[in-house]
Amino acid sequence: MVASKTATPRHRDDREVFAGTGEPVGRPRRRDDRKVAWLFLAPVLVGFALFYAYPTVLGVYYSLTDYGMLAAPNLVGAENYRDLVDDDKFWNALEVTGYYVVLNIVSQTVLALALATLMHRLTQSVAIRAMLLVPWLVPNVTVGLLWMWMLDANIGFVNHVLRAVGLGTTGFLTSPTWAMPTVAGINTWAYTGYTALLLYAGMLQIPRYLYESASLDGAGEWRMFTRITLPLLRPVLALVLVVSLIGSFQIFDTIAVTTKGGPVGATRVIYFYIYEQAFTNFRMGYASAIAVVLALLLGVLTAVQMRLLRASRSDLA
Amino acid sequence: MTPARTRTPATGIPLSRNPSGRIPLGRIAAWALLAVAAVATIFPFYWMVRTALTPAADLYTDGVGLLPENPTMINFLRVLGLTSQQEARAAGGSGAKVDFLRYLLNSFVYCGLITVVQTMCCAMAGYAFARLRFPGRDLVFGVLIAALMVPPIFTLLPNFVLVKNLGWLNTFAGMVAPSVLMTPFAVFFLRQFFLSIPREIEEAATLDGVGGWGMFWRVVLPMSRGPLLTIGLTTAVWSWKDFLWPLLTGRQEETRVLTVALGIFQQQSPNTQPDWTGLMAGSTLTVLPVLVLLIFLGRRLVESLNFTGIK
Repeated sequence: MVASKTATPRHRDDREVFAGTGEPVGRPRRRDDRKVAWLFLAPVLVGFALFYAYPTVLGVYYSLTDYGMLAAPNLVGAENYRDLVDDDKFWNALEVTGYYVVLNIVSQTVLALALATLMHRLTQSVAIRAMLLVPWLVPNVTVGLLWMWMLDANIGFVNHVLRAVGLGTTGFLTSPTWAMPTVAGINTWAYTGYTALLLYAGMLQIPRYLYESASLDGAGEWRMFTRITLPLLRPVLALVLVVSLIGSFQIFDTIAVTTKGGPVGATRVIYFYIYEQAFTNFRMGYASAIAVVLALLLGVLTAVQMRLLRASRSDLA
Repeated sequence: MTPARTRTPATGIPLSRNPSGRIPLGRIAAWALLAVAAVATIFPFYWMVRTALTPAADLYTDGVGLLPENPTMINFLRVLGLTSQQEARAAGGSGAKVDFLRYLLNSFVYCGLITVVQTMCCAMAGYAFARLRFPGRDLVFGVLIAALMVPPIFTLLPNFVLVKNLGWLNTFAGMVAPSVLMTPFAVFFLRQFFLSIPREIEEAATLDGVGGWGMFWRVVLPMSRGPLLTIGLTTAVWSWKDFLWPLLTGRQEETRVLTVALGIFQQQSPNTQPDWTGLMAGSTLTVLPVLVLLIFLGRRLVESLNFTGIK
């Protein structure tokens, strides 16, 4: 679905021609654009080498050093990784991140699926879709501040309402128990519309006559959802799920604004822990080691994503 | 939000067959749910604007009404740096200098630079990978795409050290450096599009004597407005939302973007309570450009998700 309109080349590219002798029969002298090609590629290759390739290598190197940004790095072997194993805060960060990911992904996916189905069966209005996209379009910093204010323990709107209906007020973001579910809720609010639109785009690919004939056969909406929408959406759903997962593991902005990892580490997710180690404690080497672990984790997920990308294309496009 | 001509009728699939003329309860319930979602989406923004228009002194007494009792523009004026320090402090500010007009401009510069330059560079590369013939093409492209697997946090740490060592902290050069020239996804996306252009058009242009460079600028680019706009919009949205990287590399006034400014403003609470009216005025400034974008390019933006969303 991703690039269904753009994915299929009308012509095979000329790889095989080039890989061979480079002189296909029956054509005039083979074109070789290498001069102009390197010119076209120069900016991208420079950007790639300096800010992707080099830092990737450097990041792995830092993780094997005691680098603290003030003095030159010294190689310390696997010490950072050994420290990680005994670091309770690291394990806590993993646990807290996992907790967040589960809360966020489940609520976001269920709500987005419901929202996408409603839109799919009711309306194609661009205005409604645009409106649902707004929370995703604004910076997460804004989202965090907005909800911090809505949930303010004394004079936030939500607590006004809770008081009005006779429930006590809650300091949602200051309670160790409620902080993480609240953060997960905030980000669910921010990403549900976006996720719903991705799923909706997938639903548009399902042939409409399936619903028409099911309707003629007397099938209800729930039946159509479970028998038509869900099974045919599965590849898209899987892909959206993995993309959401990858994003979810990298939660940072909302937490940096609302809870700063607290209270007592209840929201100190892995990304925030890396940030703290690198820029508060100046332990760049140690932070890099944690980043390597996170990168491996996300690398696996991305590999799955790439597979699904191919699968979804062949299934539905 | 979108002009009337873009409105489309409902899908035309009967939600529930309704032969006897009974009230379509299911349909009404479904619309009601959608309405709830819409209200839940919009209300926090409404409340943000409402708070920004409330005098700070009223926050405790004027809590729940849908409209402020004494609406005021003072919060916008003071965060935009258009009032004196005393006036700002009297209206609930911390007394620290805030100049959101400047931060807004900085955000536009940051976002604009990345969007325009990155889109152009990636279009050139995408074209080269799609159409030009040169040794090592597929290998180079493969390596580039492999970079999609590296999460941003991983390159962020060394990139920060690099930018710091170059002496580029608190300059736009340092802030845009890692993303201004490329992202692997944009190269990938645009290459896919260029592959789909019928080759005959370029062959015809070749017969007219148009060469590689001219072919790209005068033949291929004009045909690619849609995809360029799609990828440009995606990049613009992401860089508008950027927080951590500009926080690390551009904290100073001269380069401070809106998101960073909000984060810093939040820390400068006057007393124990954050300066909510000021913060909501500042937050509103991050939302306004998004609304303008939606009004002019809403359809394009929404539909771009069909192709680029899965990133």
